[in-house]
Amino acid sequence: MVRVVLPAHLRTLAHVNGEVTLELAVPPTLRSVLDELEARYPMLRGTIRDHDTLQRRAFLRFFACAEDLSHEPPDTLLPPEVAAGTEPFLIIGAIAGG
Amino acid sequence: MSKVRVLVGTRKGAFILSADGKRENWQVSGPHFAGWEIYHLKGSPVDPNRIYCSQSSGWFGQIIQRSDDGGKTWFQPGTPPGETKTPDGMPKGESNKFKYDDSKETGAPLTTHQWYDGTQHPWEFKRVWHLEPSHTDPNLVYAGVEDAAIFRSTDGGQNWRELSGLRGHGTGPKWQPGAGGMCLHTIILDKINPNRIYIAISAAGAFRSDDAGKTWKPINQGLVSQFIPDPNAEVGHCVHHVAMHPSKPDTLFMQKHWDVMRSDNAGDRWHEVSGNLPTDFGFVIDVHAHEPETIYVAPIKSDSEHFVPDGKLRIYRSKSGGNEWEALTKGLPQSDCYVNILRDAMAVDSLDSCGVYFGTSGGQVYASSNAGDSWAPIVRDLPAVLSVEVQTLP
Repeated sequence: MVRVVLPAHLRTLAHVNGEVTLELAVPPTLRSVLDELEARYPMLRGTIRDHDTLQRRAFLRFFACAEDLSHEPPDTLLPPEVAAGTEPFLIIGAIAGG
Repeated sequence: MSKVRVLVGTRKGAFILSADGKRENWQVSGPHFAGWEIYHLKGSPVDPNRIYCSQSSGWFGQIIQRSDDGGKTWFQPGTPPGETKTPDGMPKGESNKFKYDDSKETGAPLTTHQWYDGTQHPWEFKRVWHLEPSHTDPNLVYAGVEDAAIFRSTDGGQNWRELSGLRGHGTGPKWQPGAGGMCLHTIILDKINPNRIYIAISAAGAFRSDDAGKTWKPINQGLVSQFIPDPNAEVGHCVHHVAMHPSKPDTLFMQKHWDVMRSDNAGDRWHEVSGNLPTDFGFVIDVHAHEPETIYVAPIKSDSEHFVPDGKLRIYRSKSGGNEWEALTKGLPQSDCYVNILRDAMAVDSLDSCGVYFGTSGGQVYASSNAGDSWAPIVRDLPAVLSVEVQTLP
């Protein structure tokens, strides 16, 4: 079970409060977690990754276990703590702009 | 008694202002989509409960929202109300997806356009600037986007396909962004000739299609811009807004980056009608609902000072289709006012005594229930207003 923390605006779009939990049939990577998240919450498609290229949107970052994973390849395995559900996967919006 | 519903897009959410036909006592609903830039909301002329909304942010991109109950509740088309999880086969959030069509079968090559520094720059989708629902089908709606292109949905906003004949017109590499981006901000659908569509792009100019959007021609002859030495340039003019009265679809009015212009032959040729305006820079232009020769503009001091001149908020009206203008000031601040009014932030209702509405960068929305003779603020303290539309309800 993977826990995902979304920025406030995306929680509103997805109609969720607090963390999202995902059950993955495959090892959790950046790609597989985001695939499952978007499959569960299709209204989030395009808001975290570009629709087509699946590149991370420029003003979002991915963190886990105090590490910035934003520039890691999409098939990077997430830390074991994230896979075990003891630590969340964080999607964070830049603190920028108005 | 009839009612009006004013749809206001702002930098931090959407607001819906409602009143009866007297237009004196207003109910304010919102903010909807708090914290998001709402570039535009517009209702379907066929089904006034159907409203489309462009919700966007630099962080999370573009969302299309739809209401089927006059703005009380909203959902992303393709994500039915109340359903947040995906059983197999559920729509996939495609209503957020605006992909330029560069397919061999129906598309146009994804070329480049000019950038601010004159170099060529790839086409990149940023946001929907304008939504234009069809006059005949509540599920048919057009979207003007940045970087400039026109998209169409035939399923109520669930899926969007580019009408690539515009971007693939051939002059694309000469198009360049204005200060606000290379945006397709105006879409006008001709009620009398349903195959005719007018659009305008900052800063490429105006275009017309006579075949429902398959092919397009630039309609910029007669426009003069200081930064374009060639008087016969096909494209490159920074058109801010175009307005048309539905009963006279060959007559167009344009507020350009300097100059108010008019065409009486569907845009094939334009001539200036700025006349006695204190300044002919501005963004909005609109037409009285019942008087096709009565038009409204909001003069802005200059292209480097985007606020009203002399500290006075004045709307100007011409009852002769341009050239002779009168200042409308009753009820509007005449000192210490330095607001701007953006290109989609004026609208008219179709009640017998035509109502005129506009929103400002200072967060005010003003209304006149007598065609501009006098004004009163509906609200004063919204976030900066990006767009105003009005629905006249039975």
